[in-house]
Amino acid sequence: MCGAKKGGLDLKGVDVDKEAVIQGQVLRGEEPVGGAYVRLLDSTGEFTAEVPTSATGHFRFFAAPGNWTLRTLAPKADPVDRQVVAQYGEVAEVAVTV
Amino acid sequence: MSRESALVSADWVEEHKNDADVVLIEVDEDVSAYDAGHIAGAIKLDWKQDLQDPVRRDFVNKEQFQALLSDRGVKNDDTVVLYGGNNNWFAAYAYWYFKLYGHSDVRLLDGGRKRWELDSRELTDEVEKREATEYTAQDPDLNVRAFRDEVGEAIGVKNLVDVRSPDEYAGRLLAPAHLPQEQAQRAGHIPTAANIPWSKAANDDGTFRSDDELKELYADAGVDFGKDTIAYCRIGERSAHTWFVLHEILGQANVKNYDGSWTEWGSLVGVPVALGDEPGKA
Repeated sequence: MCGAKKGGLDLKGVDVDKEAVIQGQVLRGEEPVGGAYVRLLDSTGEFTAEVPTSATGHFRFFAAPGNWTLRTLAPKADPVDRQVVAQYGEVAEVAVTV
Repeated sequence: MSRESALVSADWVEEHKNDADVVLIEVDEDVSAYDAGHIAGAIKLDWKQDLQDPVRRDFVNKEQFQALLSDRGVKNDDTVVLYGGNNNWFAAYAYWYFKLYGHSDVRLLDGGRKRWELDSRELTDEVEKREATEYTAQDPDLNVRAFRDEVGEAIGVKNLVDVRSPDEYAGRLLAPAHLPQEQAQRAGHIPTAANIPWSKAANDDGTFRSDDELKELYADAGVDFGKDTIAYCRIGERSAHTWFVLHEILGQANVKNYDGSWTEWGSLVGVPVALGDEPGKA
């Protein structure tokens, strides 16, 4: 994942004013977890999207404004749920520890 | 068709990895996933480059499919086992092609790449090259593919199943949330379509739910199993997943995938569109 900075993915080329971005990193202790699966669930718990994490543990969603749940599945770990609020013009950064 | 004839487990794949007549094929939305690591012995199909016509909006024709499988070393009597990322969306889409062009023995790996990875099973970057074959495809079986006119006539008559997420169905989003917003000219759904997201048919790990759970899911959402069914999504890959569930796992007759899907319907002039969470009227 070239261009990934500590604390968040590079937003070059993303018009954050028009997108409600949710992004972050999956960690086991201090170590990034690549190949984990992050599921984006809507306010009713319904699946909306899913991405595998990059080698550096990063993920990103282009969501709609509102309340979301991130459900993270990783090898040898129980699923972890995190609540997050997305808004246009703002990048919601989430660190998930498994 | 049944679960037993259409699905294989990861253990089954491990047990049959050295069988000469079993061909493992990975199909992903992210076409670089295979290169980074895949199940040993698997070959790759690129859903766009290999399976779509390069000029028209359509998928490869019989001759192109024949040439593709011959080049990749697939024989007509091979057992083809498909798997991929995204909960097998694109693998199910490829499965639908194989059925459409008459391949007799094709299966999906239950849970696809995700279950495999979550189990920490082995992946390799060693690329498999199979010897070329002379593959013969059948004429396309249009009993499994729906076109727009038939979809228009199905409003209020057949089961229409919109398998996108509730936000896409209602018109609040135009595309899945992990992709930038783009595609159809208008948001919404085809009137009378029931919204049964593909994801309800799968567990968190990507494996399919049990037959009883699946039957209940579709019946509760208003699907009349006595009627013909057309499934659609945005570009036809998630609805191939639902087509697989209804036609291949549950063995329902007369189920079609409308691969033109919302990107076509939502850009057509003069067709009815429903907005909001309710199916709407015919």
